[in-house]
Amino acid sequence: MRRPSLTGWLIVALFAIYFLLPLLGTLLFSLKARPAFQAYVNVLKDPGFVGSLTYSFVIAVLTILASIAIVVPTAYWVRLRYPRIRPFVEFVTLLPFVVPPVVLVFGLIRTFSAPPLALTSTSVGTDALLVAAYAVLALPYMYRSADVGMRAIDIATLTEAAQSMGAGPLRILWQVILPNLRSALISGAFLTLAIVMGEYTIASFLTRPAFGPYLSLLGQDRAYEPAAVSLISFAITWLAMGVIGLVGRGSPNRVQLAGAR
Amino acid sequence: MAFLELQSVHKRFGGGTVAVSGVDLSVDKGEFVSFLGPSGCGKTTTLRMIAGFERPTSGRVRVDGVDVTDKPPNQRNIGMVFQSYALFPNMTVAANIGYGLRIRHVDRKRIGDRVTELLALIHLEDRAGRYPWQLSGGQQQRVALARALAIEPQLLLLDEPLSALDAKIRLALRQEIRSIQRQLGITTVYVTHDQEEALSLSDRIVVMNDGHVEQVGAPAEVYGRPASSFVARFIGHLNIFEAHVVDPATGRVRVGDQEIRTSIGLSGHVREARVQIAVRPESLRFGEPPAGFNVLRGTVGDVVFLGATVRLRLRIDDRHEVSVDTFNDAATPLPDIGSTVSIAFPPGAVLGLDHEPAAEGAAHAASSSPRGGAILSASVGG
Repeated sequence: MRRPSLTGWLIVALFAIYFLLPLLGTLLFSLKARPAFQAYVNVLKDPGFVGSLTYSFVIAVLTILASIAIVVPTAYWVRLRYPRIRPFVEFVTLLPFVVPPVVLVFGLIRTFSAPPLALTSTSVGTDALLVAAYAVLALPYMYRSADVGMRAIDIATLTEAAQSMGAGPLRILWQVILPNLRSALISGAFLTLAIVMGEYTIASFLTRPAFGPYLSLLGQDRAYEPAAVSLISFAITWLAMGVIGLVGRGSPNRVQLAGAR
Repeated sequence: MAFLELQSVHKRFGGGTVAVSGVDLSVDKGEFVSFLGPSGCGKTTTLRMIAGFERPTSGRVRVDGVDVTDKPPNQRNIGMVFQSYALFPNMTVAANIGYGLRIRHVDRKRIGDRVTELLALIHLEDRAGRYPWQLSGGQQQRVALARALAIEPQLLLLDEPLSALDAKIRLALRQEIRSIQRQLGITTVYVTHDQEEALSLSDRIVVMNDGHVEQVGAPAEVYGRPASSFVARFIGHLNIFEAHVVDPATGRVRVGDQEIRTSIGLSGHVREARVQIAVRPESLRFGEPPAGFNVLRGTVGDVVFLGATVRLRLRIDDRHEVSVDTFNDAATPLPDIGSTVSIAFPPGAVLGLDHEPAAEGAAHAASSSPRGGAILSASVGG
């Protein structure tokens, strides 16, 4: 294998500085509280921190599951049966980039605050609304991940093979298609997790005890703690991604194409 | 009664493309039938209609007397082997083979026994725990075959299963497929564009062209007595001659300035009418011609070594070049390039193709491009 050139190292170093310097700055600032690490102690002692972080994490997991349940069958049917409408579906999945979250949340509140779908009147209903809103935000990432995953496996032939064995559509989706999209869906799940953990606007307007609004509130009356919280949440998010990655490595997902060996 | 029956099956795709046009076919129980034809001839579409992946535009498909035309593929109990193997990448070899049985809620022990039995049949007993990507192409296709057989299907369909494999494995697996099919006595329909595969494997061959069946027959029949000009050109190699009728009653024709006798029916032609005739390379021989044989003289243009055989190209005249196959026998010296030699063939070896104007200066030799048309008559080569 060729050793990386000096230019290669330089590019990597520049990227490392670009990403790590702000983190380093945040770390140094958070350590200015006296005694050292007091900001971290304060944060970890605050029940709001653990509560909001746990809440956001649970919402993120639910969002990932909801996204998979919506996106995988859609991408599958579009690829298999309706390839002509694929450009339209791709366009629709990109809409969250165009519609700002504040517009989305106002739309949701207007639609779901009055009967017959008064979801915002209960805590569970509002949580469901939050998950639905996040599933929309995650749509571009999850759809693309699923679509790319399906491109890597020959879903048409795998479907026909399973059909000839006697399998129906749901069984095929659950036992044949979904397990082979594991790697692709994990990358979509990473992005969804990262989006949900830091999201502020929707959670704030729906008045949910999420991590984003907690972080914002903390920044209003504390100096060093927001920096400590940012770093801790950063570490926890990466840890969560690592765990998802490890879980996802369960079975091989390499596809042997005909004639490749 | 036929086990598999296709009755006036048509398939027209959206956009008006007619893929299959009026296919009638009866396959007996335990028979091995191959669909053979060039790309786009409708053979795979026909197979997919039998499997249930495509619905015929009109016509019926019956299996064991039951009309399955409207049944979805997962209710037909038909095993299918695909060109691209289509093994489930997330499952081990054993799980792949047992998948169909799991769907049928067969108990675990019976699934295990059946998987073990099939692994022994395909000689992969030690690969049960491997994943598809850990196997070679040939091994994967054997697993795909075992998976299709595991459900004890009424019919086994194979869609160009060997196309993605290299020549040596293809040959070995070909024999293995035939041996397993004979052992199990399963009715099998095989799609291929490889004529050698079809000729060596099949009880009967269905030659297809442009969506319809050109001929159905045993391999020797299809090769020796082609029912159409297309079949004659598509199966095997042909030396095609532009000839002029000398005597329609006796079947004598003239190639260049050399006269040859045939046993084809020329009664519908007048003297000097142009006809196309053909002779297979293996029907031609060198040396002293036996009594009653036709003789053509030509100049050796090329000698091509093919391993067990040698193919010589002879120039008969400005318009005709002939391929002659002879055994690669050290005791029989081959003629030098440029030397003049005689080749002989019996009148019965001449196939009469329909008349088609030859391109100017055409010198047809070896395998010609497939073209349709009726055949004048057919005779078995000597």
